[in-house]
Amino acid sequence: MIKEDSDGPPVVTTKPWNDPKVRSIFFQAVLLIAVVSFGMYIFGNTSANLEKQGIATGFGFMGTTAGFGIITHLIDYSEASSYGRAFAVGLLNTLLVAFSGIVAATIIGVFIGIARLSKNWLVSRLAMVYIEIFRNIPLLLQIFFWYFAVLRALPSPKNSVNFADSFFVNNRGIYLPSSIFEEGFSLVIAAFIIAVIAVVFVARWAHKRQEATGQQFHTFYVGIAILVGLPLLALIVTGFPVSWEIPALKGFNFKGGTVIIPEFVALWLSLSIYTASFIAEIVRAGIQAVSHGQTEASNALGLKAGPTLRLVILPQALRVIIPPLSSQFLNLTKNSSLATAIAYPELVSVFTGTVLNQTGQAVEIISITMAVYLSVSLGISAFMNWYNARMALVER
Amino acid sequence: MTTETQHMPGLHPDMPPPPSEVGVVGWLRHNLLSSKTDIFLTLVAIYLIYLLVPPVISWVFINADLSGDTRDACTSGGACWVFIKVRMGQFMYGLYPPEERWRVDSTFILLVALMVPMFIENFRHKAWLGAFILFIFPVIGFYLLAGGSFGLEVVETPLWGGLALTLVISIVGIVGSFPIGLLLALGRRSKMPAVSAFCTGFIELWRGVPLITVLFMSSVMFPLFLPDGVNFDKLIRALVGVTLFSAAYMAETVRGGLQAIPKGQYEGAEALGLTFWKSMTFIILPQALKHVIPGIVGNFIGLFKDTTLVLIIGLFDFLGIVQAASTDPKWLGYSIEGYAFCAFVYWIFCFSMSQYSQSIERKLHTGH
Repeated sequence: MIKEDSDGPPVVTTKPWNDPKVRSIFFQAVLLIAVVSFGMYIFGNTSANLEKQGIATGFGFMGTTAGFGIITHLIDYSEASSYGRAFAVGLLNTLLVAFSGIVAATIIGVFIGIARLSKNWLVSRLAMVYIEIFRNIPLLLQIFFWYFAVLRALPSPKNSVNFADSFFVNNRGIYLPSSIFEEGFSLVIAAFIIAVIAVVFVARWAHKRQEATGQQFHTFYVGIAILVGLPLLALIVTGFPVSWEIPALKGFNFKGGTVIIPEFVALWLSLSIYTASFIAEIVRAGIQAVSHGQTEASNALGLKAGPTLRLVILPQALRVIIPPLSSQFLNLTKNSSLATAIAYPELVSVFTGTVLNQTGQAVEIISITMAVYLSVSLGISAFMNWYNARMALVER
Repeated sequence: MTTETQHMPGLHPDMPPPPSEVGVVGWLRHNLLSSKTDIFLTLVAIYLIYLLVPPVISWVFINADLSGDTRDACTSGGACWVFIKVRMGQFMYGLYPPEERWRVDSTFILLVALMVPMFIENFRHKAWLGAFILFIFPVIGFYLLAGGSFGLEVVETPLWGGLALTLVISIVGIVGSFPIGLLLALGRRSKMPAVSAFCTGFIELWRGVPLITVLFMSSVMFPLFLPDGVNFDKLIRALVGVTLFSAAYMAETVRGGLQAIPKGQYEGAEALGLTFWKSMTFIILPQALKHVIPGIVGNFIGLFKDTTLVLIIGLFDFLGIVQAASTDPKWLGYSIEGYAFCAFVYWIFCFSMSQYSQSIERKLHTGH
């Protein structure tokens, strides 16, 4: 509404329901009320339902005895352990398979991604076939394939595939000799730690000297020599304080040694192969994003192929690669929850499966599981944001 | 210096390129044999192909059995496709009663028939057809599949299964998640702190957890949320979970598109005096959505593959029914055939969708 005033400029008045500020407050209040009342409705229903079923709420159940066994555990666990302990076992198994999957997927993915860019027509086609096959087949199907069709079809323990009488592969898993550390092994570990510290110092010194004088130093070879040599020396001095426990067939199964269960192998293989196909595409896109002029300029400066890749191409490619790569790592971690379909005892399988069935504490258990994945996700993405900010192009 | 040694244009005809540089030989020299490493790589690749391809071809085609109805027909040592042939009806429709299967067929045929004009470039009523597919078709589809009226027999959802169930879940998931995702994306970019905080929290919550926990939540926690006596079907609960989950991913895809629109477009719309919804509907979203079609197709491929997870909460989708069939004592030992067939079908769907999305991407790239 514009009021015509004789001396001043026209005064604009708005109706309160047309004022953006009033509207904004109104909408937010409506949303807040809706969310809160929806939450209260659900809360009311849930507590009424729980009361009717006679389930006590709260996290007291975490201290109760679990009473079920877990086939593989990184920390001590038995049927007498508590549900809280079972939770920790599941979480550690999740982290184990996620970590080994991330390492393997990155190695395979980088390899395939570089092969995809190869000038060799056959090699790049083979890499493309790998990518197109594995990323277009559901992960769960791949897990089933490896577990039920491949690993379960291996011979029984009696007819195990035998490598040098100390490694055995059968349908119960892969049996490896396990090492037993005797007295004096701590010296070897100490030697290794000292070697790592020494390598760091050598690298720093070499870098400083190159900055100052331009002279180069073979840090790589010297580093390997120190890392291998020092622990080896310690081993010789202490007289090889390691003995091996070799698995042996007793009755229907192997006893002794370390066993990697087929559930883990199936999950690890399929997670790595599946995620690698995505990582390969990310690596390819990242390297292609660096313009060819950069390679030519670096050649013109007289850099060899190795330093060109290391000092010119990779730092620029990584900037493009890191963000999608981190989201693939996250996907792999979340996908490790598919283990529940083949009963590898990770977090979802142990906690959301067995513990939930035994206790019926649905709300608590699912909230804890979601919170764990959420904090892993947020943690990784916070780290990646920090890394990204560090790597980001500094514009001058 | 005589004129004979000087080059006179036209005197000497252009020499053809050496035969080693053109044609098949030139291609081989450039792409397979350009250096010692290259020759080595070619040999390794040929060896790999030799290791993998002939056994697979002989297993799939040459030594395979297709005739017959029982496992006794599988004698040649290759793939036993008889297993797939005998179970085909189950793989496609689950336990849906055989005499009612025409209803599933007609639902999907209707959908395909409706979708075809959407891909014709000069078709003028895309908006109306799109609205029909989004709002009317689901109702028709529901009555056709579930029955209960128009003289159709009721088919309970536990009987639904196979590829049909996989398609139902993924189509409902994508169609349902689109509007929710759109609203969430707009909400996350809103200037109202409560709205944007709510949307951000919602999106990050769903994106941070695996789908399997969402499905577990829908199967064990949803019943607790509802008042006493009210209970939803297992399939509907799974559908709600899948839809909310993929809505969060959809929201992030759409948000990417919204961010790609230059600020001038927003300001221009404001300067024209358009309201928020009008400027979104007519200016911003048409541009933003065009940019994110490949991303949306990507989401759809992901969702299509993720539907396999519903077998963990006890629904018999395509993979679930194949898995169940391969543990049938009558056909024990033929699980590889089942998985191979299943993988082939999923692969065809996903690969063709990703090719489609790439072709759109190429088409959009020519614009600027």
